[in-house]
Amino acid sequence: MPLPTPSQTVGPFYGYALPFPGGGDLVPAGHPDAVTLHGRVLDGAGDPLPDALLETWQAAPDGGLAGRPGSLRRDPVTGGFAGRRGTDFTGFGRVATDADGHWEIRTLPPPARAPYLAVCLFARGLTHHLFTRAYLGVPAGEVASDEVAAGEVAAGDAVFAAVPADRRDTLLARAVADGRTYRFDIRIQEGPRGEKETVFLDFLAARPAAG
Amino acid sequence: MTTTAPDPAASTTTHGPAASTATHEQATAHEQAAATALPTQRRISAEIAAAHEAAGRDPVRSPHPPRDFAPYRSSALRHPRLPPVRVPADPEAAELYGPVFGRTDVTDLDADLTRQHTGEPLGERITVAGRVLDRAGRPVAGQLVEIWQANASGRYAHQRDQHPAPLDPHFTGVGRCLTDRQGAYRFTTVKPGAYPWRNHENAWRPAHIHFSLFGTAFTQRLVTQMYFPGDPLFPYDPILQSVTDPAARERLVATYDHGLSTPEWSLGYRWDIVLDGPAATLPDPEEDR
Ligand SMILES: [Fe+2]
Repeated sequence: MPLPTPSQTVGPFYGYALPFPGGGDLVPAGHPDAVTLHGRVLDGAGDPLPDALLETWQAAPDGGLAGRPGSLRRDPVTGGFAGRRGTDFTGFGRVATDADGHWEIRTLPPPARAPYLAVCLFARGLTHHLFTRAYLGVPAGEVASDEVAAGEVAAGDAVFAAVPADRRDTLLARAVADGRTYRFDIRIQEGPRGEKETVFLDFLAARPAAG
Repeated sequence: MTTTAPDPAASTTTHGPAASTATHEQATAHEQAAATALPTQRRISAEIAAAHEAAGRDPVRSPHPPRDFAPYRSSALRHPRLPPVRVPADPEAAELYGPVFGRTDVTDLDADLTRQHTGEPLGERITVAGRVLDRAGRPVAGQLVEIWQANASGRYAHQRDQHPAPLDPHFTGVGRCLTDRQGAYRFTTVKPGAYPWRNHENAWRPAHIHFSLFGTAFTQRLVTQMYFPGDPLFPYDPILQSVTDPAARERLVATYDHGLSTPEWSLGYRWDIVLDGPAATLPDPEEDR
């Protein structure tokens, strides 16, 4: 079997290459089912990362994981970006953080039985991307506490259940009062006042034996 | 590229000695404080040697760089201190599937970085081609390959790149293509120049092209850099050297391929890429053992 090509940092200068207009708009503005997921990316000093790139991947609301092409749909006349077709849900988002380390996407809610978005984080200084998940399964006002919410998610999700109980809250996207906006901050390292490091997930552990 | 690429010719950046001390990257306040006295190359090289020696003693050797790699100073506050949570085999995991792309996502011009402006860019014209495979050795077909790079002088068409080397009005340095049924990709571009950065005193990046790749699963996502054979800057560069396994580092270096060179037109470099990570379409690794 061939040996894997190593990862290298995305560096500081991907900004004119990877982000694209509408990268965070998985559904058209004003879509009745749209939810907004947003947050900040912070380093170990508590400083925002102005040069991080986030990608999201998710099941369609019906649970389908086949995806659809067209996230980077192009205008054949100008070569520019035309935006996604309103009828195709591609499941893929890509956004860069701003000077405040903030990012935002507008998407459809994932299915209730797998209520998460897979998140992949790239940044200058990060030699190998990080995977985490934003769980949206906690509608505002419907659960008593994070603990109860986390327990409910864990009951139906093998990956979430594998996360130590005292760190699960870092994977919960918090719904604000309108119920359609979720906040998900990512801390690459524990913060200066003991704010918890976000849980990152290792999918490579099941590496086949060499040979 | 017209909607995302800044027009290099429109930059108002001034050149000269002052620019050489400008911030080459957007450092955070804490990073700036830490960087007031830059470490010497000698110190960074010693740290690289020590990190490689320590990694060599580890019986489980990853092909990927450790995220905590002190010689690359920006990693200090940007690596998790806790180990990642090992994910149990879950055939339902969304990450075993991934985004798909198609012919609406690229245009024919995207793969030729020398034809995106009204004139020809300066520099040595090259063809970069290879195949994208999964870790079972099967071609990754119909997937998106994205590249970005500095121009022949070592300058990016990026506002925060203040290296006092000339911008090229005929070169942006962004390319995209889809792999074919054999997993093959191909770009025409110019050879990028080496460029300085402020990781340490007299720090220079060897010439490289940034690559972004997708497999059939999100777990196979890869962002990496391709290097050119024989570059004397390799041992000094903490980014290349963040890959502690020498054999794995070799896999980041393209091969000059005379058969890929086009007579009286361009020089050919071949670079094959192998994506790591499980996928819904891959055989269960447990069954391979
Ligand atoms: Fe670079």
